[in-house]
Amino acid sequence: MKTATPARKIDSFLDQEYAAGFETLLEADTLPKGLSEDVIRVISAKKGEPEFLLEWRLEAYRRWLTMTAPKWAAVDFPDIDFQDIVYYSAPKKKDGPKSLDEVDPELLKTFEKLGVPLHERARLAGVAVDAVFDSVSVATTFQKELGEHGIIFCSFSEAVKTHPELIRQYLGTVVPPSDNFYAALNSAVFSDGSFVFIPKGVKCPMELSTYFRINARDTGQFERTLIIAEEGASVSYLEGCTAPMRDENQLHAAVVELIALDDAKIKYSTVQNWYPGDKDGVGGIYNFVTKRGDCRGARSHISWTQVETGSAITWKYPSVILRGDDSVGDFHSVALSNHRQQADTGTKMIHMGRNTKSTILSKGISAGHGSNTFRGLVRIAPKAEDARNYTQCDSLLIGDQCAAHTFPTIEARNPTAHVEHEATTSRIGEDQLFYAMQRGLTAEDAVSMIVNGFCREVFKELPMEFAVEAQKLLGVSLEGSIG
Amino acid sequence: MLDIKNLKASVEGKDILKGLDLQVKAGEVHAIMGPNGSGKSTLSQVLAGRDTFQVDGGSVTWDGQDLLAMPIEERARAGLFLAFQYPVEIPGVSNAYFLKAAVNAIRKHRGLPEFDAMDFLTRVKAEMKAVGMKEEFLYRAVNEGFSGGEKKRNEVLQMALLEPRLAILDETDSGLDIDALKVVADGVNRLRSPDRALIVITHYQRLLDYIVPDHVHVLSHGRIVRSGGRELALELEEKGYGWIGDAGQVHAAPPAAGGAQ
Repeated sequence: MKTATPARKIDSFLDQEYAAGFETLLEADTLPKGLSEDVIRVISAKKGEPEFLLEWRLEAYRRWLTMTAPKWAAVDFPDIDFQDIVYYSAPKKKDGPKSLDEVDPELLKTFEKLGVPLHERARLAGVAVDAVFDSVSVATTFQKELGEHGIIFCSFSEAVKTHPELIRQYLGTVVPPSDNFYAALNSAVFSDGSFVFIPKGVKCPMELSTYFRINARDTGQFERTLIIAEEGASVSYLEGCTAPMRDENQLHAAVVELIALDDAKIKYSTVQNWYPGDKDGVGGIYNFVTKRGDCRGARSHISWTQVETGSAITWKYPSVILRGDDSVGDFHSVALSNHRQQADTGTKMIHMGRNTKSTILSKGISAGHGSNTFRGLVRIAPKAEDARNYTQCDSLLIGDQCAAHTFPTIEARNPTAHVEHEATTSRIGEDQLFYAMQRGLTAEDAVSMIVNGFCREVFKELPMEFAVEAQKLLGVSLEGSIG
Repeated sequence: MLDIKNLKASVEGKDILKGLDLQVKAGEVHAIMGPNGSGKSTLSQVLAGRDTFQVDGGSVTWDGQDLLAMPIEERARAGLFLAFQYPVEIPGVSNAYFLKAAVNAIRKHRGLPEFDAMDFLTRVKAEMKAVGMKEEFLYRAVNEGFSGGEKKRNEVLQMALLEPRLAILDETDSGLDIDALKVVADGVNRLRSPDRALIVITHYQRLLDYIVPDHVHVLSHGRIVRSGGRELALELEEKGYGWIGDAGQVHAAPPAAGGAQ
């Protein structure tokens, strides 16, 4: 007879359904588990890669063998057995689809279910999509239209074949294979990803987007994305990701490299919704990703926006190297950790050029037993005259079992540097819920109103239609069964 | 409209309401007075559905329904409004967004079309003028950084917009200067109508100079120990609560409590 109460509502509220958790049954071309030079040779051969790339992979692999997995992040998980992972799995096909008509209908259905229609008639208006399923890209839309502007947007494997010179020139120049343990692993075994090249002076006329889907069991996904904006070019790029619900943990170790030449602008947005595991922390994706942008040219601008709601463990620090004078770097982040999720995320802003400017805006939300860590580094090099940084880190706690940590590091080696840091922590209290419910709102509406209010500054950085998606996703991620 | 019978409630094992009876009819204004700790705020919170308090017995009937079985937001949608003694701050959520969400939740429940942004702004701006709030408060976070008086005005604004059938004002007068008090009283008086009822909870008589009640009840040790007309409030002001407190103890089950109903 007693009614549902705010206290109980907060708890029951945090039980979420993971809508993308279905599995697609497909015949797949899958390598046996384990990693060796032979496995790398097979991956490279399957992709018909030029010799230089195979050598690059093997060198990365040899380097990786000398490295150990990093332990400094505030996340907790058992050691990964890297011989127990499948490094290549691709849906079986004859000779590779020449057009969408040849793509397995099951695959098209999968992406449609995920809200990423690839069919001409149903395509997302004004958004070109590259769809990556396990280890390979299955389709890229709008290639022809983009080609008319001289823009290259295709899967990484295709770019290796059609533009090996660009790959050779830029690959690994922002994140070298030796950068860190997971970057080295990725460099050795990466199977696909997206490639974007915007030539001099071209403003990309539509949003570009890649949708990553892990499907196969025991498979790691190691994608590689490379985006180059030449002088005066600009592009807005978005990635989305999901995976089926499974009891085992799966590894996702991607590398993303962005290169902006003089006056170029790259805006990279992520809506990350990998399977987070169940509410007791069983299963889920380990998302260990290296993302870095290089403002190589003067007055260039790289902007990272991320909404991280998925993954069992997130370990990711999209960074910007502000090499060119007057270049600008931004990082806008919403990271949600619910149940047993752990997120250790943040950014690095490395100021090297003069008059460089960076902004960091981080919103961490912890709920259930979730743990959310912001880790930031602002480094002002000795020659970076008049560099400026503004950092704001806000944490929101829902319930009393969760945790939020903030580790900002500032290294200013130039006396003209101007660095500001602000941090807040607040909690959604029962009194707030009671107040909103007394005005007629449900507990769900009240929480999502408060959470969205908290995230608004970041959401407004997302492309319009994805801002709406992100808002919904946060709603779903917090929603539960309320009587 | 509201029928409270032998209501008992406790918090953390401590009995606060010990058998409270009260009947409120449409069109009536009831004042509940009493010393600190007598259970005034507990009564308002229990009626609104706050779970910090445990209901140990008795019943509350609202238009023939069991009010205590209704979820918090259902009570609000059915027209029960509580003006908080300490309005809560909600950082990051603008007052305009919050008010619109609340108004539309309640309109939807009543089968009325939801307000769009334009309708809502027209409506809310008119009401803000009436309670003497500047428009900038629409775009500030709910109650964040508001002064005591501004928070209370914001409560009256919400009450006016939500058009409740029963409004409970929980010490809305506390901490207000005389001008703010008049604004609050004005807002309440504009809301008086034959199909609406008000429960005004206050420690002091002075609010009742501006909101003239039909009935005055004195709460002491979790029970209504005396009920009367407006003159009871004046008598209280003259003699203080000590006098009533004694009366409450002498007559453990005072006939006066039932008499007024």
